Amino acid sequence: MPSKFLIHIMPKESVLDPQGVAVLQALNHLGMKSALSVRVGKAIELEWDGPADPADPALNQICRDVLSNPVIEDYSIEVVR
Amino acid sequence: MIRCAVVQFPGSNCDRDCVAALESFDGVAARLVWHKETSLSGYDVIVLPGGFSYGDYLRCGAIARFSPVMHAVRQAAHNGRPVLGICNGFQILCEAGLLPGALVRNRSLNFICRHIHLRVETSASLFTHGISRGAVLQIPIAHGEGCYFADADTLARLNENQQILFRYCDSSGAVTPDSNPNGSLESVAGICNEKRNVLGMMPHPERVCDPLLGGTDGRRIFDSVFASLASGADPSATAL
Repeated sequence: MPSKFLIHIMPKESVLDPQGVAVLQALNHLGMKSALSVRVGKAIELEWDGPADPADPALNQICRDVLSNPVIEDYSIEVVR
Repeated sequence: MIRCAVVQFPGSNCDRDCVAALESFDGVAARLVWHKETSLSGYDVIVLPGGFSYGDYLRCGAIARFSPVMHAVRQAAHNGRPVLGICNGFQILCEAGLLPGALVRNRSLNFICRHIHLRVETSASLFTHGISRGAVLQIPIAHGEGCYFADADTLARLNENQQILFRYCDSSGAVTPDSNPNGSLESVAGICNEKRNVLGMMPHPERVCDPLLGGTDGRRIFDSVFASLASGADPSATAL
């Protein structure tokens, strides 16, 4: 079975995330006062022909150059299997 | 005859408007070029039109950047030919690394489609050399992700090199928080590269090239480009 990664992509702290703000406002509106901050990113499931090594340079290259835009986003790699 | 290529990606939707607008100028011919083409030789001006290339999947412009034609676009840019990215074209140029920064979701989260005012920040580019600094143009925007972002160093460099060609402003030319439709940093609406031959802008000049459509301010930008080409000036000669 091929390896599998879950790539988490989040807007950088310095980038305005109006979507997160809107979700937070909705949660607060529902009375969820415990919700303090929301930021919305995305997750990409990737099956990979190779070892489940999150430090793999080729894997990191596609995360940096394709799956995320380093100007506005940070990524992290989670090994699923 | 000045020959313009309008690159057509799957999901482009301002491509034909661009061709019609460009062809309304004397001595200008424009052709659609499918994104699978690998050569842009023979074209004097390259336009990347607006739309939703590849359905905006992943990020706006993120996949179009890998289209076969982009190698030729990169080469044209490198050789100093004028390259103009409008709206989605601007997003593609940023994703391709031909322009610095990125376009993210509008601050309001709304798709905004209306006429706005733009202040011309410098005449020192082949796109603006026929327009005086401080002139106010009325041009429509139509985008959901037009909020310009760049890190502080990049912004400082853009300012220092006068690479910011257009800022959102009010009708009197004042740049205020209220005149910024989408939350762009420093109200940036259009920037050029360091060589000053690649322009990306969110507003749509091709939509205001005919009085029937409510204005002709877009013509002033195209007039600048065509006049500098006709004069045979090297685009980089309009550098600072």
